[in-house]
Amino acid sequence: MTFRIHVPSDTTAKARGADRIARLIEIVAEEHKVDVEVRRNGTRGLYWLETLVEVDTDAGRYGFGPVKEGDIESLFAAEFYKGNVDHPLAVGLVEEIPYLKRQERFTFSRLGITDPLSLEDYQAKDGFKGLENAIKLSSQEIVDAVKESGLRGRGGAAFPTGIKWQTVLDVESPKNQKYIVCNADEGDSGTFADRLVMECDPFMLIEGMTIAGLAVGATQGYIYCRSEYPLSIENLNSAIQTAYDNNLLGADILGSGKHFDLEVRMGAGAYICGEETSLLESLEGKRGLVRAKPPLPAIVGLFGQPTVVNNVLSLAAVPFILDKGAKAYADVGIGRSRGTLPFQVAGNVKFGGLVELAFGPTLKELMFEFGGGTRSGRPLRAVQVGGPLGAYLHESQWDTPLGYEEFSQKEAVLGHGGVVMFDDTVDMSEQARFSMEFCVAESCGKCTPCRIGSTRGVEVIDRIRAGQNVDANLELLSDLCETMLDGSLCAMGGMTPFPVQSAVKHFPEDFVKNAASATQAKEV
Amino acid sequence: MTTLKAVAWEPVTAQAIIDELKSKPGALLPILHAIQDRFSYIPDEAVSLIAQALKLTRAEVHGVISFYHHFRTHQPGRHVVEVCRAEACQALGARALEAHAKASLGVDYHQTTPDRNITLEPVYCLGNCSCGPSIRVGDDIHADVDAARFDELVESLQTDRVEIL
Repeated sequence: MTFRIHVPSDTTAKARGADRIARLIEIVAEEHKVDVEVRRNGTRGLYWLETLVEVDTDAGRYGFGPVKEGDIESLFAAEFYKGNVDHPLAVGLVEEIPYLKRQERFTFSRLGITDPLSLEDYQAKDGFKGLENAIKLSSQEIVDAVKESGLRGRGGAAFPTGIKWQTVLDVESPKNQKYIVCNADEGDSGTFADRLVMECDPFMLIEGMTIAGLAVGATQGYIYCRSEYPLSIENLNSAIQTAYDNNLLGADILGSGKHFDLEVRMGAGAYICGEETSLLESLEGKRGLVRAKPPLPAIVGLFGQPTVVNNVLSLAAVPFILDKGAKAYADVGIGRSRGTLPFQVAGNVKFGGLVELAFGPTLKELMFEFGGGTRSGRPLRAVQVGGPLGAYLHESQWDTPLGYEEFSQKEAVLGHGGVVMFDDTVDMSEQARFSMEFCVAESCGKCTPCRIGSTRGVEVIDRIRAGQNVDANLELLSDLCETMLDGSLCAMGGMTPFPVQSAVKHFPEDFVKNAASATQAKEV
Repeated sequence: MTTLKAVAWEPVTAQAIIDELKSKPGALLPILHAIQDRFSYIPDEAVSLIAQALKLTRAEVHGVISFYHHFRTHQPGRHVVEVCRAEACQALGARALEAHAKASLGVDYHQTTPDRNITLEPVYCLGNCSCGPSIRVGDDIHADVDAARFDELVESLQTDRVEIL
């Protein structure tokens, strides 16, 4: 008989050697005269287990991980391909692993189960059912469904997606051309959920964008993907071609007479292009300078036409909503945060990975019950949530429930759901300095508070770290942060102060420690 | 191991690339990517050709190239090694790794080793944030990179070169 074996193929699995392991399994199987079929799935997102090799059995998929090259011989000796066997790396039935079982994978229901590039696999797991439903609806009915679902922009700004779509639906395009633009410039450190959509379930994004096109009357879509994600671009292009070949894109989608074209465009290493107006400038072939708003991109967007700009995760949530119903999505969550958010647990974490949960559990549950605390085993000290523009959270704030409003009450942001954990070796003044330094490197330069403020910010923090006039310089830093907050054109300069202020507020000891030693040095 | 297939500057090839892409809406970035993919950098000569094809000034094209970290105007080494500097990797020792990378290669960021083998670049996030520190060599991303692993990778790049020669 043929044993079917699954070896993950996403960037992290590959970075941990999955390609070589897949090849080795085939080679060693031949030596052992075992008939195996090695398939490449996406990843389950349980990254500490990568490379997680799975074996099909009647009871479900048995897993072995983390598999390294040196483990292959012993796995074959234990006849791992039969599934339920004794081996130090055996993790049992994969879907029974508590980390996975406790999640609510609405968006990522296929993650790691399917071959990312197999249309058959996608369709076998409810793929394109949302689009089939959408085709039967009017534009307004689709927009209403998205409104009812309570879906809010998953890029971080949390603007209601349905309202954005309504604006684009209602406005007339002077050139009779509207656009759907997918923001796949996932630059936030600690985030990789967009990458997982594009690498491991690209048809879902194609389906979501096509539904968006039908909803607002747009016939052209662009996915603006960052150049740091070469595999995402490769898989998207491959899936788009398959979709065209099967009438899922193009002039006559599924025989409905509806039209939607889709193209991937590559960014070029500019964090600011994740800001929607900068992204549009970049798509137009220009420097990614931020535009003043209004006018909103929904009214004057790409090439001056009405444009929906949505994050990957927002668009990826749409097929579920159109398939299972808006209510099924809206039924979970807390307050005005409806549905699920795919959290990404990263940094110094023992069990890092993708954790899709309905809004509501606390940050602490996410970091300890899922994350298992720090990888180093040292005490957890600070957590940055929501990327490089998100605040650092102190232990006193870890009980905050994971919800948009709950976080903003704590002067923090959920953003794109990235959670970066630091142990007690972190120097928070160094982290604050980095926030400013990052803004220097990535500011588009259009507005002064961001362009100049960040440079001055690095200098002031350097003086504080050197113990020079610490009190006066902390006051200056506070003023500078206020200026950047109030005076910047977009979130780059407007939010860079969040990590800085939170570091100063919650970890003041890291800013004054050198003041003491500087004073001592002077006295000596 | 992915290596940059550096092809020597060839105006006819460049013009063909430009002609193929120039009628796309917002064609400049796709053209710049295609040129850099082919020649490993964007030579000055290409800027004139692109400007002419898109009816832009050379200054406008230059302005776009200089805005984006990804585009380069000088030939890199045979391998481009990018070290992630972002927070998730910092939490796992990326600052020590970048110091080691600079010291062991004897170059700073944006510089190339004297034997033209490796160009060192910073990168802000490779999306491998649960398994850092991360580096990228060509299109390959490597996880859990400490100083020893970095040295191994660099060594393998040297071996590649010997095999090619």
